[in-house]
Amino acid sequence: MSAETVEKAIVTKPAEALLSKRRKKLISDPLVDDNPVTIQVLGICSALAVTTQMKPTLVMAIAVIFVVVMSNFVISLMRNTVPGRVRIIVQLAVVATLVTLVNEVLKAFAYDMYKELSVFVGLIITNCIVMGRLEAFAMGNKPYDSVLDGFGSALGYSWIILAVAFFRELLGSGAVFGVPVYDYISSLFGPDFTLATNGLMVSPVGAFMILGIIIWVQRTKTGYVEH
Amino acid sequence: MDLFNLGIRSIFIDNMIFAYFLGMCSFLAVSKKVSTAMGLGAAVIFVLTVTVPTNWMLNEYVLKEGALAWISPGLAEIDLSFLQFIMFIAIIAAMVQLVEMIVEKFAPALYGALGIFLPLIAVNCAILGGSLFMAQRDYTLAESAVYGFGSGVGWLLAIVALAAIREKLKYSHVPNGLKGLGITMLLTGLMGLAFMSFMGIDL
Repeated sequence: MSAETVEKAIVTKPAEALLSKRRKKLISDPLVDDNPVTIQVLGICSALAVTTQMKPTLVMAIAVIFVVVMSNFVISLMRNTVPGRVRIIVQLAVVATLVTLVNEVLKAFAYDMYKELSVFVGLIITNCIVMGRLEAFAMGNKPYDSVLDGFGSALGYSWIILAVAFFRELLGSGAVFGVPVYDYISSLFGPDFTLATNGLMVSPVGAFMILGIIIWVQRTKTGYVEH
Repeated sequence: MDLFNLGIRSIFIDNMIFAYFLGMCSFLAVSKKVSTAMGLGAAVIFVLTVTVPTNWMLNEYVLKEGALAWISPGLAEIDLSFLQFIMFIAIIAAMVQLVEMIVEKFAPALYGALGIFLPLIAVNCAILGGSLFMAQRDYTLAESAVYGFGSGVGWLLAIVALAAIREKLKYSHVPNGLKGLGITMLLTGLMGLAFMSFMGIDL
């Protein structure tokens, strides 16, 4: 009798909705409140290196989303079979394989982009966001949750690098996605009017400054204070 | 003389931090005290100096297109360069493990001081970046050794300088939102501005 009720209780327990509140939080938290770049200080290297223009940045963002989601999924599937002592090597092998895949796809279908991003595609392997999510989440959670978590973190990373790239390209080369916005604006004001671009924004210095300011604005808004 | 020039270039002009943003994560996380920054910098120099030439040999004799020809001429057409990422990161992880064991055995004091930073070097982008740049720029063995060492020294220079500034920064009033990461980014930007003056040097 009692065994039957237990069994019934298990059967009738409703499955968690595909996008329940908890799962939505997995995606939305890393966007602002727990952003991987501005709050957790992860993945800064590539956030700065590729952001001189919007286009390579977008490619980079897509590549990172793919790698984080897929590696989270694979590692989460393997989480119970991987011995704790060799987990870093296993994680690196999985991530390196995925990044090689991205690299080969870029080489085959977007050779110009491949040349432009050069070593920074390879450096996704050592992007701390990837390893961080694997260690902190995928090693202890189910595959579907891990995919959502990876997607959220990668999105949080993507919007930050796109924001940095927007300001750097606009102020540094006077364009957005390669569209010469500055030329268009100055043509509105007659032939003698030109908007000056700031070369500093294209250099590494501009990247540090822009990211610093974005972090300042974002942390002031969320009220996060580092001690 | 060319080697000397390359060394100078990799320390100052092509500085890992200020020109390529490599190794930023540990650069930001470990730059709170000069002494730990010094230790991590030394470990990075060591690992870079060892892994870049090792990866050069791996690349030259195993991975490059036609690199296997030294085994038998029939293998000359094999191109394994797509394995570059996996092999490089494997070599780096193995080297870091080896370095960790050697340091633990022969210099326990240094091992204690470096603590968790040693294993973390394996996922420092500066290390993998050094090897990838080496492969991209077709350095020779001697050049790659000098390049590895020079980039390490440049990295140490950057992190120690930042740590020194951050130690002084403790006594100043920084706006709440800017504390920690924000002000560090701005500082790094200003330091990068100073390092830009080296770009004028023609070697």
